Amino acid sequence: MNRIATLICLAVFISVPLWLTDPYLLNALITTGIFIIGAMSLNLLLGFTGQLSLGHIAFFGIGAYVSALTSLGFDVPIVGDFHIVHVPWPPIAGFVLAILISGFCGYLVGRLSFSVRGAYFVIVTISFAEVVRLVALNWVELTQGPLALTNIPSITIGLPGLGYLVLKTKLQNYYLVLAVAALSYLLISRLVHSHYGRAMRGLMENETLAVAVGIDVTKTLTLAAIISAGIAGAAGSLYAHYIRIIDPDVFAFISTVTMVIMVVSGGKGSLAGPVIGGVIFGLLPVFLRPIMPPEAQWITYGGVLIAILFVLPRGIVPTLAPLLGLSRKPGGAAAKVAPRAAEEHA
Amino acid sequence: MAEPILNVDHVGMQFGGLTALSDLNFSVGEGEILSLIGPNGAGKTTAFNLMTGFLTPTKGEVKFRGVALKGLKSHEIADLGLIRTFQRTSVFPRDTVFDNVLIGLHRQGKLGLLEAILGLPRARASERAQRERAAELVRWIGLEARADDLAGSLSYGEQRLVGVALALAAQPKMLLLDEPVSGMNASETHTFVQLIRTIRDRGVTILLVEHDMPMVMEVSDRIVVLNYGRIIAEGTPDVIRNDPAVIEAYLGQSGKKAAHA
Repeated sequence: MNRIATLICLAVFISVPLWLTDPYLLNALITTGIFIIGAMSLNLLLGFTGQLSLGHIAFFGIGAYVSALTSLGFDVPIVGDFHIVHVPWPPIAGFVLAILISGFCGYLVGRLSFSVRGAYFVIVTISFAEVVRLVALNWVELTQGPLALTNIPSITIGLPGLGYLVLKTKLQNYYLVLAVAALSYLLISRLVHSHYGRAMRGLMENETLAVAVGIDVTKTLTLAAIISAGIAGAAGSLYAHYIRIIDPDVFAFISTVTMVIMVVSGGKGSLAGPVIGGVIFGLLPVFLRPIMPPEAQWITYGGVLIAILFVLPRGIVPTLAPLLGLSRKPGGAAAKVAPRAAEEHA
Repeated sequence: MAEPILNVDHVGMQFGGLTALSDLNFSVGEGEILSLIGPNGAGKTTAFNLMTGFLTPTKGEVKFRGVALKGLKSHEIADLGLIRTFQRTSVFPRDTVFDNVLIGLHRQGKLGLLEAILGLPRARASERAQRERAAELVRWIGLEARADDLAGSLSYGEQRLVGVALALAAQPKMLLLDEPVSGMNASETHTFVQLIRTIRDRGVTILLVEHDMPMVMEVSDRIVVLNYGRIIAEGTPDVIRNDPAVIEAYLGQSGKKAAHA
């Protein structure tokens, strides 16, 4: 049942450009899609391990900068006449490097903070994001600082026998973002339904007991941080190659807040939560813009958020899915697995 | 006594100026059911935490199958096959009973990350095996009917059973049970005693910390009595039942009642 609902959603997303041709709306969908990927990665940490990464945008921004610099090349003086010179690589290499380097940063942050966790993880991630933003702002030789990196090339895919395909149009980018989002969704889904995911849930619910049955806290949480950061890096890379200009504002704290809103309103700890929450809060400003002045837009935005959390405190998906018969019991992923298992052994 | 599996070697524990345990020295034989009893404040919980590595003794050492527990992390101790249950928080409340046991099977399912994510045949097979094993354990513990219920919604006694199933899922060589029957009624306690025996017959050594005297007398092979951080008596239930030091100095009137129960 659940699988069918997921496939229907995917089909709807695939069909969107067929009936929606307005370039402004398509653009909004692409940027929203990129942020939904970021929100999904945040959900892996917040929803499945209970750790709040309030500097999550750092991994996104690192992905954006790594990918942009890889494809633009750079010439940075280090000491005296010693320069580090990098000739431009294809953007797809930037995309891969963005995932790897963001993932590595996730590893570092995880190693640093998961021996203490909780509030410390929140503080470490916020500080990390701020430090990275300052580096991007001040290391002008590398990042151009506030002048921004411009003319970032679009992602190019080599098709065997067909030459190269430059993903320049909105339509192409829409499908690229959708493909990456679908892959990320699949990856996270597989992960949380494996014994790694069960270890994460166990730690979140009752750490003392989880440790007593042999679950390694630091290893499990660090793994979640690496994968989460890697996916956020992929989203950042897509962003850089789509917008084609990035400046240190990509590290803005408000972007992390947006992702947290998407996750919490949609339902943390449910796979579809960030997607639903992301669609609502990513597109809400787009629909409000033509009908009200800016101040009223933000007030309405806040009002909708409060209304959702007031009526559905656990988020949209965990509350509504059981009503629609999409899962038999509350509790998101946990409940989806058990009945299936019970049937297998019936 | 069989070959010792757990050695508590002249262990002492001080919290600041307070001596919780002065000199604890005993061992548990393989396949034995040993109970640790004592009045409130005797040092039972401290002893329990020392034996499971939650605390590091200030003096002496605890060895499990020849390996000193000092400096090991809790999950490493679990990997040695020494698994504990908890008095209050014995389950993962927001997961189903079945999933609780699956989480307990964590140690059995160590797969490569890529295998797990790609869903390779080996990963699927391992997942299937774990589910079968979990279903088997749920059946064995007698909670089949509640397999799909959230563990947090179960009765106190049932949660204890889930806690034991979870611990068994981790394939312990030795199981430490922290007051498993407190809050259970007489018939639940009786069933639990049978369960403990069955677990032992499967080759798991059991150490029990418990208040319920009749239960301890019924199930134990040997009993260690603590008071004021020291061992005041040690022996079979018959010896303990008739030990004047235990009856007079520690069990008092209720002890006499318990001894005749």
